Amino acid sequence: MQNLTLILLLAAMAGGAFYAGRRRSFAVVGGPAHGAQLHSLPGYYGYFTLIWCLLPALGLFFVWVLLEPKVIVALIVQSLPDPQRMVSEGELNLLVNNIRNLAAGDAISGDADAVMRDAAERYNEYLAASRRVLATLTLGIAGLGGAIALRRIRPEFRARNRVEQVVLYLLIAASSIAILTTIGIVLSVLFEAIRFFREVSLTEFLFGLTWSPQTAIRADQVGSSGSFGAVPLFTGTLLITTIAMVVAVPVGLMTAIYLAEYSSSRVRAVAKPLLEILAGIPTVVYGFFAALTVAPWVRTAGEAIGLEVASESALAAGLVMGIMIIPLVSSLSDDAIHAVPTAMRDGALGLGSTRSETMIKVILPAALPGIVGGILLAVSRAIGETMIVVMAAGLAANLTANPFEAVTTVTVQIVTLLVGDQEFDSAKTLAAFALGLVLFVVTLCLNVIGLMFVRKYREQYE
Amino acid sequence: MAGMTEMKITEEEAMPEARSADSAVEPARHRPMGATARKAVERVTELGEQTVGEVRCENPFIVTENVDVYYGDNHAIQNVTLEIGKSEVIALIGPSGCGKSTYLRCLNRMNDSIESARVTGKIALDGQDIYGSDLDPVALRARVGMVFQKPNPFPKSIYDNVAYGPRIHGLAADRAELDDIVHTSLDRAGLLKEVKDRMDEPGTGLSGGQQQRLCIARTIAVNPEVILMDEPCSALDPIATARIEDLIDELSQDYAIVIVTHSMQQAARVSKRVAYFHLGRLVEVDETDKIFTNPRHKLTEDYITGRIG
Repeated sequence: MQNLTLILLLAAMAGGAFYAGRRRSFAVVGGPAHGAQLHSLPGYYGYFTLIWCLLPALGLFFVWVLLEPKVIVALIVQSLPDPQRMVSEGELNLLVNNIRNLAAGDAISGDADAVMRDAAERYNEYLAASRRVLATLTLGIAGLGGAIALRRIRPEFRARNRVEQVVLYLLIAASSIAILTTIGIVLSVLFEAIRFFREVSLTEFLFGLTWSPQTAIRADQVGSSGSFGAVPLFTGTLLITTIAMVVAVPVGLMTAIYLAEYSSSRVRAVAKPLLEILAGIPTVVYGFFAALTVAPWVRTAGEAIGLEVASESALAAGLVMGIMIIPLVSSLSDDAIHAVPTAMRDGALGLGSTRSETMIKVILPAALPGIVGGILLAVSRAIGETMIVVMAAGLAANLTANPFEAVTTVTVQIVTLLVGDQEFDSAKTLAAFALGLVLFVVTLCLNVIGLMFVRKYREQYE
Repeated sequence: MAGMTEMKITEEEAMPEARSADSAVEPARHRPMGATARKAVERVTELGEQTVGEVRCENPFIVTENVDVYYGDNHAIQNVTLEIGKSEVIALIGPSGCGKSTYLRCLNRMNDSIESARVTGKIALDGQDIYGSDLDPVALRARVGMVFQKPNPFPKSIYDNVAYGPRIHGLAADRAELDDIVHTSLDRAGLLKEVKDRMDEPGTGLSGGQQQRLCIARTIAVNPEVILMDEPCSALDPIATARIEDLIDELSQDYAIVIVTHSMQQAARVSKRVAYFHLGRLVEVDETDKIFTNPRHKLTEDYITGRIG
């Protein structure tokens, strides 16, 4: 039986279990008229039966499906004659793959000999047997679970509490997925970074002034020794982020002040969604806007006043990134300003302050922690931003503070290190993970500080 | 605002009922629009256009003639004529949503910040039309101070809270003068003794009653001519309330005070005259004693005896 059919069957059984449970709950009190004697609403008895029918069966199903291939392969390998079994792990894997492909009727590498054909046949047999047992077991457990649940239904049985308990576990499981994923990502980056630091020392990476990750494959190649001093990347990131924040913070903040305090409700109704559209533009679109429109414009403008500007200048990338971040800054600041109680505003106005005095002397100071928190979140967004800088900032790892020169950032280098065919044990590739780790640590710190500010601010008025 | 407040209250009344009901068994029911409210509408049609009692006073300082306030389509205040004398305390009473707060907020143009609000009629402060085109609402609000329902000290130090007004209006030439204003204002608000050793601590750290007195100190620091109080004690306990009432009594020597209150006892204790509002109309105005012992209007009587509320 196909697994899909099995799942559909299970779903049908679950639906049946729900109705059976509901009906049974009416039966135990003697009809829908006496529904009030039940502890819980009839539906809860239905869900209770459904859960008993579905959860154990599904659990078994997934465990079985996870273990099935491993067990079958182990059995096949066991049954292979000794000469085939006594080979290296890689060759054995290849052999097993071939057997599987043969079993599925796909093309295989090399010729199929009798042993392999035997093995393929056995593989198919095992698979079919496994499926049969799985189907029987699953449906059996589903039926059994449903029956047990049905028998437990009594008027005083607390079905609602049981169902809510299960829902609670589901919620916990759902929320742990995100957390576990984060932990998984951190660990994988961490281990690869540790491998990198075995080859390149931490101090060279953090304090070295030259970044040139091209390691030679042969010893006689030019530039055979890669150099992994990441300082130019950090300064490049810092430079572009600074430019972005210089654009985004004043513009975003002023937008927020205008929208929150001065604009009429009609302007606000139009401007807010428009700003949100700005936030919704894919960064890759910003990227070619930066590379094709802003960068040449910056270059011509610079030349007009006698400055030498690289065609991929930090300024162009920073400007566009700043524009991208405006909505983030303005909407977080807007929230912070709105969270200042109207009573503050009234109090200040009632004392005869003008609107701008109210804003500058009362509302902004009160909203400041929230605004700072928002800005920190925006900084971490800017540091992690990739597409714009990939397209507009260039690849030259210059150690410079001149915004008219080309610089490169951490994220750009991660992209270039990992794009294309790679061997995953060279220092060049592993450097990407070390950079990723640095990026992660920095943005994490910024986010934590930002959220701390935001939280502290919230406490003030509650 | 009048209509909105009323709606809000109806909702709030309905909510706990819906929450406490065993939601699984019983669907939350909406309570139909209160029958009492509808009855009240009928009653108002009984009363004439004319306000009962004495709307005029000797030596009037604030004069309002035929004031109407609209919030969008909602006619919140209808044709209110009232005079408020110099250094008298007048209490505005009435059921929720009757427009007394709206009327109060007309007197220092705080309604300006509400986009849909529209005020017609004439309001004059000391003979000057406050809705006139040549009048700056900012300057007006320095002359007509306001104390709000919930204490709303700024998230600044106690000193800076009181110094805020004098600073923005440039009332003090130097630091010493500013210190003097702050100390005098705190002293007059009866708060100086309690806070003089912690002037640098945040005003939000004080107790509710202290915060409200801080707000009063902040208001008198700009040296206004009138003080508007919008239910200044409704968030306070009885002891703090008593202190504020004593304070109102003292301040009434120098300021005209208009106080909105839900407590008739408070109105009786602090005010010289009482104005009773009902559904946007000014029903009756008179000396406090007369209103509470011998109300002339049926609605006033119903309210002060607790039949409407």
